[in-house]
Amino acid sequence: MRPHLLPWLLILPVTVFLGVFFLAPFVMVAKQAFVVDGVFSLGHFAQVASHWKFPIALKNTLLLALAVVPVQLALALLMATLVTKMRKGRDLVLYIWTIPLGISDLAAGIIWLAIFEQSGFLNSMLVALGLGETPSVLLSYQSPGMVFLAIALAEIWRATAIMLVILVAGIGLIPKEYHEAASVFGASPWQRFLRVTLPLLRPSLQTALVLRVILAFEVFAVVVALGGSLFPVLMSETYAYQFELLDSGGAAAIALVILGISVAFTLVILRILRVPKGAQA
Amino acid sequence: MTINKQLSAALSGLAFLIAASASHSQVLFWSTQAKPVEEAQAMRDQVLSGADVAVDYQPNDGGPWLTRLQAELAAGSGSIGVLGALHGDFAAMDTRDLVDLDDLGLEAKSATFNQLARLGTQKMQYIPWMQASYIMAANRKALEHLPSGADINALSYDQLIEWAANVMQATGGAKFGFPAGPKGLKHRFFQGYLYPSYTDGVVRTFASDKAVMAWEKFRELWAVTNPASTGYSFLQEQLLSEEVWIAFDHTSRLANAFNERPNDFVAFPAPAGPEGRGFMPVLAGVAIPRTASDMAAAKKVVAYMLDPETQVKTLRATNFFPVVDVNLPSDLPPAVQAAGDAVAIMSASEDANPGLLPAGLGNKGGDFNRVFVDAFERIVLNGQDIRAVLDDQKKVLSAIMEETGAPCWAPDAPSEGACPVE
Repeated sequence: MRPHLLPWLLILPVTVFLGVFFLAPFVMVAKQAFVVDGVFSLGHFAQVASHWKFPIALKNTLLLALAVVPVQLALALLMATLVTKMRKGRDLVLYIWTIPLGISDLAAGIIWLAIFEQSGFLNSMLVALGLGETPSVLLSYQSPGMVFLAIALAEIWRATAIMLVILVAGIGLIPKEYHEAASVFGASPWQRFLRVTLPLLRPSLQTALVLRVILAFEVFAVVVALGGSLFPVLMSETYAYQFELLDSGGAAAIALVILGISVAFTLVILRILRVPKGAQA
Repeated sequence: MTINKQLSAALSGLAFLIAASASHSQVLFWSTQAKPVEEAQAMRDQVLSGADVAVDYQPNDGGPWLTRLQAELAAGSGSIGVLGALHGDFAAMDTRDLVDLDDLGLEAKSATFNQLARLGTQKMQYIPWMQASYIMAANRKALEHLPSGADINALSYDQLIEWAANVMQATGGAKFGFPAGPKGLKHRFFQGYLYPSYTDGVVRTFASDKAVMAWEKFRELWAVTNPASTGYSFLQEQLLSEEVWIAFDHTSRLANAFNERPNDFVAFPAPAGPEGRGFMPVLAGVAIPRTASDMAAAKKVVAYMLDPETQVKTLRATNFFPVVDVNLPSDLPPAVQAAGDAVAIMSASEDANPGLLPAGLGNKGGDFNRVFVDAFERIVLNGQDIRAVLDDQKKVLSAIMEETGAPCWAPDAPSEGACPVE
């Protein structure tokens, strides 16, 4: 076999897999979104966007991502730094912190529902401590703020670990010499973190943020478990169009809107966190 | 032959082998009903084990159920033998995809059900299988708070509101529960209970002045309803946890409460409004898709499901009532007895105003439901002006009726052509 064929042969299975199970369905979905009765049209988009719930779902999705992702980023950075500083028990801590990663998002939603619902842990605790006479309804349409907070908490708990794992790997790749050099010149730990770790962590930050932001726009099961119909997001609207209204065109249109937002944010993140040409290894 | 072609040939061969080996041994009963694990297992062990053909009973949610069915129909061959679903699920399908079942000579006792099962064609597209309804249930602790002079078997909406308010005052918490969760059947309450009771219609009267009154009344009821209701889908859970003392729901979604603690709960008819006591049946049917691999075996299963003895077994397994004449044994589960009595009182009441299931909406059933759910969310949860919301939603409803051409169904007065929204 000619050696220059080998790389092509090696990527063939992945290419075929992506082609069959990703690209082809994607093209079909795009077709469903843009075709009404056999002609190209933006009808599905217009119909979906004119429903009274669409702006609310869009706002909720963006707001949730805006609230959750920065907190997760800060937490993941903090946890990653802590883990790298540890000498003993580093693996154990890392394992424990990544447990939520192994739990499905619906299960995570249900766990948090068990905490926040009327007969849930939080209420029982408050009543037992004498802080309330009867269990109150925390997740109700009257307290949208509480619903938002519960969903945000569950999301933070569930999905911070994925950023953590990427950042821990990234920090491990930074050569120790940079830190030693910085210490020699009298940099404080905070300065070293800000001037050495963060800039050198850029490629990992990029990956972690892109991944996390895309997942944030696809949030679904946690929201449905905790918010029910109180907190519509884009993904729950997609589900409703596909399975309740049996309107694949409408569902495809919202799916493409989610894709559009994800692509836009990915480009922004890639641009902001780009590694300058001269600094590339 | 290219690699792609070889690969796809091999894959389809493999798929064919798997499908063939699965379908020849058993008839796949693909159902949207009896989904909870215990019910599905009871269907297998107690109901279908008695059939002459081996049956593989697989229940699933409506979405995945339809997705697989459509995939098999599109492929022109499949392993699903028998379909079990609600009238609305079948109504959303193309009748050409369902095998005409007239030659089986099977039908329900109710002529209305048989008419519904024709799905607008001349022949039976599905065979009515089992029925249920929606009723009210209450914890016995709530009974002492009934308004004076109120008869629990002949409540009005005003009395229900007063009752729930009394309970709220006595316990400090709103104890009326309503299935307004994502999987809750709230739309059926509006279509079959609230609207008929207050407007004597559903479609024609959607935006009438009487409808405004109905929604005002519902707001009053909502004020004494547990606000966590927006997360409730099966009220039996909240009845058992006592988060809720008085509830409205589907009979089979209340069943566990009666079966687990039969002495703690009572079942009673839905309340009445100025236009009578509106109520609505639930109808499930069995059908055969045109892609069924073993037509004769599938027809045997359908015939078996309609056998009076099977119908009683099905009642025990699912809490859905028979659609044919049967002799009910005396040792039925508590839930069945309680629900059966409540439905009987409801149907026999002097002011009974029975409605029918929406018919002729085709695949717009979901959109039709959303009109009512949207009205609820906007009027009750978001506090928007009732008149404005109804006028706005009316346009959507009109468009659905015109597009499908569905004629009016009871309690709306009959129409020539599409049912008008007045």
